[in-house]
Amino acid sequence: MTEKAEIIKIRKAKEQWESTTLKKSLEKFPERKEKFVTGSGVEVRRLYTPAELGDFDYEEDLNFPGNYPFTRGVQPTMYRGKLWTMRQYAGFGTAEESNKRYRYLLSQGQTGLSIAFDLPTQIGYDSDHPMSVGEVGKVGVAIDSLEDMEILFKDIPLDKVSTSMTINAPAAILLAMYLAVAEKQNISPDKLNGTIQNDILKEYIARGTYIFPPTPSMRLITDIFKFCSQKMPLWNTISISGYHIREAGATAIQEIAFTLADGIAYVQAARDAGLEVDDFAPRLSFFFNAHNDLLEEVAKFRAARRLWAKIMKDRFGARDLKSQMLRFHTQTAGCTLTAQQPDNNIIRVTIQALAAVLGGTQSLHTNSRDEALALPSEDSVRIALRTQQIIAYESGVAETIDPLAGSYYIEALTTEIEKKALEYIEKIDKLGGVTRAIEKGFIQQEIQNSAYQYQKEIEEGKRIVVGVNQFQISEKSPEGLLRVEPEVGRHQIERLHALRKSRDNQKVKESLSALEKAARTDDNLMPYILDCVKAYVTLGEICDVLRREFGEYTESVKL
Amino acid sequence: MEEKKIRVLIAKPGLDGHDRGAKVVARALRDAGMEVIYTGLRQTPKQIVETAIQEDVDVIGLSVLSGAHTHLFPEIMRLLKENQVEDIIVIGGGVIPEEDIPELKRAGLVEIFTPGTDTRDIINLIREKVKP
Repeated sequence: MTEKAEIIKIRKAKEQWESTTLKKSLEKFPERKEKFVTGSGVEVRRLYTPAELGDFDYEEDLNFPGNYPFTRGVQPTMYRGKLWTMRQYAGFGTAEESNKRYRYLLSQGQTGLSIAFDLPTQIGYDSDHPMSVGEVGKVGVAIDSLEDMEILFKDIPLDKVSTSMTINAPAAILLAMYLAVAEKQNISPDKLNGTIQNDILKEYIARGTYIFPPTPSMRLITDIFKFCSQKMPLWNTISISGYHIREAGATAIQEIAFTLADGIAYVQAARDAGLEVDDFAPRLSFFFNAHNDLLEEVAKFRAARRLWAKIMKDRFGARDLKSQMLRFHTQTAGCTLTAQQPDNNIIRVTIQALAAVLGGTQSLHTNSRDEALALPSEDSVRIALRTQQIIAYESGVAETIDPLAGSYYIEALTTEIEKKALEYIEKIDKLGGVTRAIEKGFIQQEIQNSAYQYQKEIEEGKRIVVGVNQFQISEKSPEGLLRVEPEVGRHQIERLHALRKSRDNQKVKESLSALEKAARTDDNLMPYILDCVKAYVTLGEICDVLRREFGEYTESVKL
Repeated sequence: MEEKKIRVLIAKPGLDGHDRGAKVVARALRDAGMEVIYTGLRQTPKQIVETAIQEDVDVIGLSVLSGAHTHLFPEIMRLLKENQVEDIIVIGGGVIPEEDIPELKRAGLVEIFTPGTDTRDIINLIREKVKP
C-alpha cells in the first residue's frame, strides 16, 4: 500500500507524536484502561497507521471483489447487484403453524426460508418415541414423514424460494423429503435452490444433535455431495458452521479456525471417496456468527474468506474460483441477548447485523429481542426483519463494496485473525485432524475455557453487559411471549399413528430392507432413502435402521 | 476435621444440546470447592435420578433450553420422591419463562436461574441450602 521509505517516515513521526503530544495528554488524562482488547481478547492498539500493516500488498492481500483471495467479497458487484438474502430461521409446533409463519414472512418481504426442526426430528426420533416426550414442536417444527413435509410447504412453490434447512445427522432424509415434495409440485431437482446444514462435526463439537459415529456420518455427507453434484447443481450441500461453536463460547479466532478445520475434513473425506475437488467444492457454504465487537467481526469475515481461498488453492489444488470462494450465511449472536431489558437486544442485533453486511455476508438472520426469554413472537420477528431492511435501504452501507477496506485497524486485525486461526489449524493437523481433536476433547475444551473466561469477566466487572452487570433497573416480567402448547405433541402423534395405518406397509418394509442392505455396502444411500420417504416411511424408522447398522455416537465429556 | 465437600450433579435432561451454561456452572461450582459430576447430554429423568443416588449427591442442577423443562423437571422430582431421596436439593436453569417458575417450584425445585445469572448467586444458594 505504501512504500517502505514512507512507512519508516510514518513510524518516526508516530514516535515523535507519542513522545510529545500524546505524552502530555496522558499525563493529564490517563486512559480508561491499561490494556484494551477486542470482544475476543485480541489486544487493540491505541492507534493504527500504515506502520502497523507491515508487508501489506494490495493485490496479494485484498485484490478485487470476485478475485482470489476474495478478501473484498465473492461477487464483483456485491450488494450493488443484489442485496443479501434476508432469511429468518423459523419453525415451531406443527407443520400447519409453521407453514402459516413462512407465508407471513414471505408476504413481509423475506426472500428465503429457513426451517427450524424440533429436537426429535434433528436426532432421528419419531414424535411418539419415549425420548421425544415434552420436546415435540418445541424448538422447531416436528416432521415425522413426507406427509408433514407436504403440509409444511403447502402453497409455497419450491422453484420460487430458496430454502435452508437446519438439519444435520438426518440431513439426507430431509433432503429426500424436500425432493419428493418438489416432485409432487412437478419441479425437477436441478431447479431447486437452498441449503442443508449437514455439518456433523460441529454437532460433536458444540451443538449436540448427533446420531451416528464419525465414519458413517462422513459417508452420509459424501453420499449427499455425490448425489447433488449430479442431480442438484444449485443446492448447497453443506453449511459448515461456526455459529454454534461461537455460541458455545469460542472466540472469533476459534470460530473461524475450528470451522475451516471442519471444512478441511469434509473436503478431504470427499476426495477420499473419489470425488474431484472442483466437482463438489463450489457447493460448499459456510455459516458464521455476528457478535458484538463490530470491527473485529468485520475483520473475521474477511480473514475467513482469505484463509479459505488459500487452503482450497494451495492445500487441495482447487482451480475453479467457485471452489475457492467462501460464501456464507450469518446469524446474529444469540448468546449476547439479555433477558434483562430485552428491548436493548434490538440495538445489539443492529450492530451485529451491520458487522455481517460490512463483512460481505450472502444471507442473514437477525435474532429477535425476546429470544433470551422464549421463542420469538411475531412482532419481535418483524422488528428483526425490519432491522435488516433499514440497513439495506436506509443506512447506505450496501452502496459500495467492502467499505471498511483500507482502514488501518481493519486490515491489521484481518491479518492477525487469519494468522492466529491458521496456527490453530496447524495444531489440529498435528493432532491428526479434526475428528481426532474432537475425540481427544481438545476443541471442546478450548471452547469451554473461553466460555468460562467470558463469564468470569462479566462477574468480575471486566466486561460490561448493559442491563446485566451495569445500568440495571427493576423490571416487570415481559408479556406476549410465544408458547408452544402441549396439544401440539398429541396432535402430531395422532397424525403419525393414522399414517402408519393408512400407508402401504408392504412398501415400507421393502424399502427399509433395501436401505438396510445398501448400508452394508459402499452404495450411495441417497436413492434408497428417497424410496423410503416416498413410501411414507417415517424419519424415526429410517434412522432406527441406520442406528442398527452404524451404531450411535457417545460424547467424551471433560470439564 | 476436614469439612465434607458438597457434591453436585449437573445434568442435561432431554434432547437439548446447549451445554455452555451447564459446563460454565459446573466449572464455577468446582472452583468454589464443590465436587461436581457432569452427566453429558441426552439423559432421561430415570438416568439422572439413578446417577444422583449412586453418586450420593447433595444437589442436582438441571439445565434445559429447549422448552421441555415443563415436562422434564417435574418428572425428575416425581422419580426422586418415588425413590425416597427427597433430601436432594434440585435447582434448574435455562431459557425458562418467568410464568413457568411458580409451577416448577411447586413441583419441588428450590430455585430456577435464568439467563444473566451470576454464578456466585448459585454458589451462595447451594451453600445456604445444603446443611452440613
